Amino acid sequence: MYDAITDPSRTRRTVTATARMLASLKLDGPLLLGLALVAAYGLFVLYSASGQDPASVVRATIRLGLGTLAMLALAQVNPNFLRRLSPWVYVVGVVLLVVVEVIGYIGKGAQRWLDLGFVRFQPSEVMKIAVPMLCAWYLHERPLPPDGRSLLALAAIILVPVGLVAAQPDLGTALLIAMAGGLVVLLAGLQMRWIAGLAGLAAGTAWIGWGFLHDYQRKRVLTFFDPEQDPLGAGYHIIQSQIAIGSGGVFGKGWMNGSQAQLEFLPERSTDFIFAVIGEELGLLGLVILLLLYLFVVARAIYLAMQTQDTFARLLAGSLAITFFVYVFINAGMVSGLLPVVGVPLPLVSYGGTSMVTLLAGFGILMSLYSHRKLVGS
Amino acid sequence: MAAARVRLKNLWQEQQLFERRALVAGAIIGLLTLALIARLVVLQVLRYDYYTELSQGNRVRTEPLPASRGVILDRHGEILAENRPAYQLELVREEVPDLDATLRGLAALGLLPADELDDTRRLVRSRRVFDSVPIRLRLTEEEVARFAVHRFEFPGVDIRTRLARSYPHGELGVHALGYVSAISEHDLERIDRGAYAGTTLIGKLGVESAYERELHGTNGFREILVNAQGRSVERLGALVPELETRDPVAGDDLVLALDLGVQRTAEDALGANRGAIVAIDPRNGDVLALVSRPGFDPNGFGRGLTRLEYQALEENIDRPLFNRALRGVYPPGSTIKPVMALAGLTYGVIAPTDSRFCRGFFTLPGSSHRFRDWKRGGHGQVDMIRAIAQSCDVYFYGLASLLGAERMATFLGHFGLGAPTGIDIGGEKTGLLPSPEWKKRTFKRPAEQVWFPGETVIFGIGQGYLLVTPLQLAHMAAIIAARGRSYQPRLVTGIRDPQTRRTRELAPKLLEEIQVGAPADWDTIIRGMVAVTQGGTASASARGAPYTIAGKTGTAQVFSIAQNEKYDESKIDERLRDHAWFIAFAPAEAPRIAVAVLIENGRSGSGAAAPVARKVLDAWLLK
Repeated sequence: MYDAITDPSRTRRTVTATARMLASLKLDGPLLLGLALVAAYGLFVLYSASGQDPASVVRATIRLGLGTLAMLALAQVNPNFLRRLSPWVYVVGVVLLVVVEVIGYIGKGAQRWLDLGFVRFQPSEVMKIAVPMLCAWYLHERPLPPDGRSLLALAAIILVPVGLVAAQPDLGTALLIAMAGGLVVLLAGLQMRWIAGLAGLAAGTAWIGWGFLHDYQRKRVLTFFDPEQDPLGAGYHIIQSQIAIGSGGVFGKGWMNGSQAQLEFLPERSTDFIFAVIGEELGLLGLVILLLLYLFVVARAIYLAMQTQDTFARLLAGSLAITFFVYVFINAGMVSGLLPVVGVPLPLVSYGGTSMVTLLAGFGILMSLYSHRKLVGS
Repeated sequence: MAAARVRLKNLWQEQQLFERRALVAGAIIGLLTLALIARLVVLQVLRYDYYTELSQGNRVRTEPLPASRGVILDRHGEILAENRPAYQLELVREEVPDLDATLRGLAALGLLPADELDDTRRLVRSRRVFDSVPIRLRLTEEEVARFAVHRFEFPGVDIRTRLARSYPHGELGVHALGYVSAISEHDLERIDRGAYAGTTLIGKLGVESAYERELHGTNGFREILVNAQGRSVERLGALVPELETRDPVAGDDLVLALDLGVQRTAEDALGANRGAIVAIDPRNGDVLALVSRPGFDPNGFGRGLTRLEYQALEENIDRPLFNRALRGVYPPGSTIKPVMALAGLTYGVIAPTDSRFCRGFFTLPGSSHRFRDWKRGGHGQVDMIRAIAQSCDVYFYGLASLLGAERMATFLGHFGLGAPTGIDIGGEKTGLLPSPEWKKRTFKRPAEQVWFPGETVIFGIGQGYLLVTPLQLAHMAAIIAARGRSYQPRLVTGIRDPQTRRTRELAPKLLEEIQVGAPADWDTIIRGMVAVTQGGTASASARGAPYTIAGKTGTAQVFSIAQNEKYDESKIDERLRDHAWFIAFAPAEAPRIAVAVLIENGRSGSGAAAPVARKVLDAWLLK
């Protein structure tokens, strides 16, 4: 081992061999490294956040493995094939959403998932990728920036699944799906006047939509603006997570030593609020390191998107990259009290759910889009 | 030209457009990340202290450690009140595999009432799963043993021991000791709530109440680590937080003047009679016995009486909760005659040898109203000694009219009548020492404000408005015994440190000495009181005593029954009878005990009260 580290020629050879292997696997080394660091950091924190429960860590590792497999598999798929597949993925997703809706109607209750026996599967998760895929597919052949007619079609593509998911009711996921599709349109060069108009429309919709929100949804929004109003009820999450983060200070209370997290004052400590556990136990330093890791991943992903050479690849890759950051921002913002409480997990770190698999699958697609590009001009 | 309307894809331009957009997105991402970090700096750097305090408040809870209450001992160190373990059955729901089966099993063992299982289940369910819920209080030793045998069948159920106040002698001396019970709203006003955090019981009445401060001690506390559900947790990761603990300081023990033997003798001697006995050591004011019968068992109050039990005590016609020794007011009757004689000597209106002929009644000049003697036909020629010995009313009617009401009132006042004796427990009544001035002050109608000469006459034999408590008469007897030296009566003589076991003796409190004409005047009236037991009214009770007893009998007329008593034909007669009094001290030459005995409706001081007093004297003097 000593030799391996000190012998420069050997080290160089190892690096070259690794790069070659990654290239043949259609993977991007830096992005993979970034993801691996985030995931490892996540497992490290999860052990503490789960109350030192090795079983949780094992299950999270299994999910990580599944996600990695999905990523590996999707990275091998030819982007042209992916593009042609887009409408089918979308249609199947919408059909599944309708099925879920019908089952929920029969079962008289909110229904978000399909039980496939061995795994519970949320069709809305698929739509997070299917919608931007179809949007990119639609814009692929058309001149950019999109004209009015295209925008109408795109609006339909986005709003059908968004409406179905919102009806579940899962407003948070509906908004995330809308955003993933909207990002494709923005990256496609949507003109400023449209952006301004849509922003105005969104504000208006919010104004009117307030009347249609469920009581618990309204309460969440209201509590966000003044958590102390309801310290034991809806405000409890926000107050406790801010106490956790704030009391962590610059260097934190130490791994496994966060009283807020370990004594369960912090709700959902291993899932949606794991960001606060990091803040409490590893301090500002731990959070900034995590944010920098995320920034590295996002920056690399955007760079890869810019390197791709057709419209479909660019738009889809760009959307996936930015969506990833939006997840990070929404979760961190919610936990630290910048945004209202919405159920968005911290990417690759929060425990549970299918999001880890979906996210890594997205990165698999992104790598495929990048690594299968035709090297023009070389 | 038509082709110009069809927009063609310009790949180069689109690439440029995308890159611009992507860069803008990157910039926005950078800005949002900065905003996020700024927010974290606000939370973790600027408001660090604030959130640290909140986090600390979350996890540390202060649990009070109640101090153990001081023990109460009699003068010989016999325990009168102590703290004994009380056993109760407690259940922790999360450790019980099957709650219903467990409760049924305990009921089958006879440890839970079978018809209250639903209530018990509800009680357990209403608490947190990890709370230890008492499901059965006051287990007997036998029940503890029965449970111990079957303990392994009931995981999650255990016997817990709590310290409870215990009065090993039950009723004995309850009116002197008082009792403890749950802290009431009223109590909360007079205590420091912070100092009582964790204390459940507080002294009520008697020594328990008067010396609450000494007995209570200082509660300690323990800081414990709790999680969000309030469950105590032992450790938190590798971090050992600094938790403060302050041990409680046990309350001081009290040493009473009370002599358990004398107290028991006195209570037994009263038997089923309603009445009161107070015995005082005239040399220092020590209260050797303080009895009020009937009494009640103070042990019930600590564990909590049911409403019905309390109602029964409250509505009992014999009023067991009523402390007759301190709060019962009665006309003293003839017991004050020696003091009246002393007043005559002090004011110089009469000489010891002056004699008067008693023909059975007394009349005021210019009036035909006859004030009758208790002895029909009269006592014949009586001097002061004989008058006291025979309790001749006519002699004292005459003396009273010579003294006048004001002088009698003033002189009796020196002996503590009409004022609290200042005994170191609360609740004593002052009685009533009447005077013409008092009458004018008290009554509204002018016709009633006049003090009649006849009222002066009956004042002389302790009837009329004059009212005293048994304690006041015992105090008076002690003052005569000490020839004018007066000590404030006291129950507590020493305060013992529970750790060092060292007792701090409290000095007896000497009151103002009573001035009389000549020291020999004391001898005169004491000779009169000795004559009471040697050929006088109480001779029978003094027979065979190896010491000389100075005493005085008395009877107090009962005017009416108390208003809160029910009309009951068979009881009324009995309750209209005279109250019987006897005061005494012995040995007459160097008195070591003074006693006052009151027996309600006992009819005759000599017949009912004097034999009781004799037993008390024997108990103290002949041990």
